[in-house]
Amino acid sequence: MPMSRGVLCALAGFVLAVFSCPGPVVAGESGVASPSPVDAAPHIDAALAAPRIDAALAPYIVGAKRSGYVYALPETRAMQDDEIMNPGFAWVERGRGLWTEVEGANGKSCASCHGPVESMAGKAVSYPKWKASMNRPVTVERQINFCRVAAMKAEPWEHESPQLLAMTTLIKQQSRGLPMSMADDGPMREWIDRGKALYFARRGQLDMSCKHCHDDHPGEKLRAETLSQAHVNGFPTYRLGWQGLGSLHRRLETCYEQMRAETYPLGSDEYVALEIFLTDRGRGLPIETPSVRR
Amino acid sequence: MADENKPRVRVPKTAKKGEIFEVKTSVTHPMENGSRKDKDGNVVPRNIINKLVVKYNGKDVFGGDFGTAVSANPFLSFHLKAEESGKIDLTWTDESGAVFTTTETITVEG
Amino acid sequence: MSNNENERRLSRRDLLVAAGTGLVAVAGIALAPRAALAAEGEADKLMADLIGATKPAEGKITLTIPELAENGGAVPVGISVESPMTDKDYVKAIHIISEGNPTPNVASYTLSPACGKASINMRMRMAKSQKVRVVAVMSDGSAYIARKDVKVTTGGCG
Repeated sequence: MPMSRGVLCALAGFVLAVFSCPGPVVAGESGVASPSPVDAAPHIDAALAAPRIDAALAPYIVGAKRSGYVYALPETRAMQDDEIMNPGFAWVERGRGLWTEVEGANGKSCASCHGPVESMAGKAVSYPKWKASMNRPVTVERQINFCRVAAMKAEPWEHESPQLLAMTTLIKQQSRGLPMSMADDGPMREWIDRGKALYFARRGQLDMSCKHCHDDHPGEKLRAETLSQAHVNGFPTYRLGWQGLGSLHRRLETCYEQMRAETYPLGSDEYVALEIFLTDRGRGLPIETPSVRR
Repeated sequence: MADENKPRVRVPKTAKKGEIFEVKTSVTHPMENGSRKDKDGNVVPRNIINKLVVKYNGKDVFGGDFGTAVSANPFLSFHLKAEESGKIDLTWTDESGAVFTTTETITVEG
Repeated sequence: MSNNENERRLSRRDLLVAAGTGLVAVAGIALAPRAALAAEGEADKLMADLIGATKPAEGKITLTIPELAENGGAVPVGISVESPMTDKDYVKAIHIISEGNPTPNVASYTLSPACGKASINMRMRMAKSQKVRVVAVMSDGSAYIARKDVKVTTGGCG
């Protein structure tokens, strides 16, 4: 016996709010919701209204694709733009320290093979990348661990460990401003399709798919928040809500949790497939790592 | 990762005498307010950076005392007036007694 | 799962209804502890501790905080105080006081004529929508005050 969609949504909203909001909710003086969150951020409309697009946003808009930067408040954008204000650059600095740190049985550091980290400029734009020797695609994270194990004979770093986040952020930052241009031919095609299927699959207690927010309603408000197009060009990203930096896979996990769905392990093939589909979908957007988001 | 909490600071390398310049600084610190719980439901003990001392050639010129309402990974900018070449020392201290310091040098011309 | 199913759109209204219903429920649950949080009274008390009986005047302070903060965890705050910043006439302290956090003290800055300019930027936490007070104490002991209303939001995705 199906519940009406309204009831289901209301129930879902309650679950969503209770589980996802240990912190503040939209609250006026009385603790009651602001009646019109839709009007709360007129700059979004102003920013997106053609033809008056803010020139500063132009690099973050490619055709119909809009980076999450475009949907962020000006204060959050300012935080991303300044290297001291942007806490993500602390991870870049940590990565720099690790780049020259000798580890493992071979007595090597990253720098032993690659020289200065600037040699990584432009490398991240083609990731995830097909690795024939492994017969699978590798993310930047996986490539780093491949180097650690194969070339350095060191232990791989765990997904979401401070070290792997720092190194991934450092390497992607070397491609900051360059357009994402992953290969989409050969065996990558199959992974794009696999990620696409996941993106459109209804999941969890809310019975939603990624597209219900990010394709159907980007730029619109969900409560007080502006939905984005779900682009991946800024990861790893510093999220104000996390009070820290995290990977794309952690963000995907958060999304599934918010949909009240089972999550996959970080680094799993499901998240890699989604990463590949989303990278293809956001093709051409500039890498912003480390970005700053709400 | 020894320098994990090394503050990041930006000051101009050179300035004209009398010029007012901005000092921007940020330090990586969770600013635990004592009410957050970890994954296992245990309260994470309070530990915040509660003090910043800024010295310009050894003289106290600016300082801060902080409560739990300062955001994680604190950011701060303030201004100084270029009087003489020398060192600008920033010292952040947290409640566990950890000290995070940096020294920047500035050359003052004219 | 059929294609039809995939293509069905949740309307924006559905999403808002879902989010809104959850919100009201949370607001109700949260009301009790919220009432116990520090309010204006505690902010007044802290201000008295900081500046004594001095009555702060309006003016001289420019307080820049977004009216709507994207996340209460890190709200940018900019403060500048009109002052020549000379040995005889300078801002010696700037206090930031919250009227809506569990504790009212946010930060107190000590300035000197060597600053040249009384201007600060920082980021603060806000537990909910609230008024923020900034009090500047001058070298002659006089004080100025500015207040600003800030709406704090957490969106549909926490």
